[in-house]
Amino acid sequence: MMKASSLNALRTGAVLLVFSAVGTALLASTFNATRPAIEHNEQEAKLALIRQVLPSTLFDNNLLGDARSLPADDLLGTRKPSTAWIARKQGEPSGLVLEAIAPDGYSGEIALLIGIAASGEVTGVRVTAHRETPGLGDYIDIAKSRWIEQFRGKSLATPPGSKWKVHKDGGDFDSVAGATITPRAVIKAVKSALDYFVRHQAELLTPHPAQ
Amino acid sequence: MIMITREEFRKIFLNGLWKQNTGVVQILGLCPLLAISNSVVNALSLGLATVFVMAASSGAVSSVRNFVPHEIRIPVFVLIIASLVTVIDLAMNAFVHPIYLVLGIFIPLITTNCIVLARADAFAAKNHPLHSVIDAVAMGLGLTLVLVVLGGLREIAGKGTLFSGIDLVFGEAAKPWVLHVLPDYHGFLLAILPPGAFIALGLLIAARNWLNARAERRVRLAAAHA
Repeated sequence: MMKASSLNALRTGAVLLVFSAVGTALLASTFNATRPAIEHNEQEAKLALIRQVLPSTLFDNNLLGDARSLPADDLLGTRKPSTAWIARKQGEPSGLVLEAIAPDGYSGEIALLIGIAASGEVTGVRVTAHRETPGLGDYIDIAKSRWIEQFRGKSLATPPGSKWKVHKDGGDFDSVAGATITPRAVIKAVKSALDYFVRHQAELLTPHPAQ
Repeated sequence: MIMITREEFRKIFLNGLWKQNTGVVQILGLCPLLAISNSVVNALSLGLATVFVMAASSGAVSSVRNFVPHEIRIPVFVLIIASLVTVIDLAMNAFVHPIYLVLGIFIPLITTNCIVLARADAFAAKNHPLHSVIDAVAMGLGLTLVLVVLGGLREIAGKGTLFSGIDLVFGEAAKPWVLHVLPDYHGFLLAILPPGAFIALGLLIAARNWLNARAERRVRLAAAHA
């Protein structure tokens, strides 16, 4: 009796093992088969986003190949290392794309991608992740409105530092009435990123790609 | 080779689409239903992905039903479903990346959608693969139907449009296909947020019950007259 039940348990275990092995083999082969396409898609998606903040006339290098890791920094709002992509035109550094975080959105952090030309001028900003209220604070997303485009061409000199605020606070930037916490956070984050760029420009825009 | 009769086929489909509809009768698998039904395109995409997973998993479960000891059937079924979902997840990521970006986080959730396991255990484990796949497709389509109606209601009420986001599926060229049902609409946030999903689903369940009660009353009246 004891023997029969332990035999049964063994058989059950073996069946489970066979199914696990088949499942694992299926997953492993699918993973291998789809990996090149997935990696390609992810690179394309990243590059497409970068092209939105950095006009393609500004660089002729492989941006993704010229990425460097930046340590966490208060000016970038980051608590983990972030990435900077260095743009080059005929080998000369012409600008860069920074990852930054606006920590004080209405519902948490707003992740930004900021393109800055070597002159210190913003070439574009995009929100890559946020949890702002749908229909209210989410107009910072390019999918909802063109609000985010007003950063293009701005720098620390134009407008002057005291004007890096929404109109309501006496600054130069538009906002939607009733939802000013979100744009305030974004404007502050873009300005800090520019401060970061000015401070670290020499080490970021080196003549040769980092190894 | 077991064939399926027209009558059986009809019965299975009627069950899936109406009598035992997943969304409004069995009230199973609500997690993706409520999360993703904020627009028609999202709803239809997740619905069709679920149909596909259900058909594949019910077919697979039914084919191996005679080899799986009763005591370990649930772990084996879960293993099969999870593997298939992961395969579909990877395939979508590789070949239809834009849709994957929208639905990405919800695809793995199909694994936990209890309707998939429910059909595997309640139907596929006891029936021929052909019947099981048809049952899964019918049940999945029933769920998709509810999802799409819910998505349509919420999208019109919330954004005043239909088919927004269709360009993610068919490319930039599809952008003009978006219907602005209510022009100059300022949006009704509640419909887009989760409470809107509960309210709309409640209305759908009520509508279904009302239709059903009316049909039954007619049958009873007809019987009384006869």
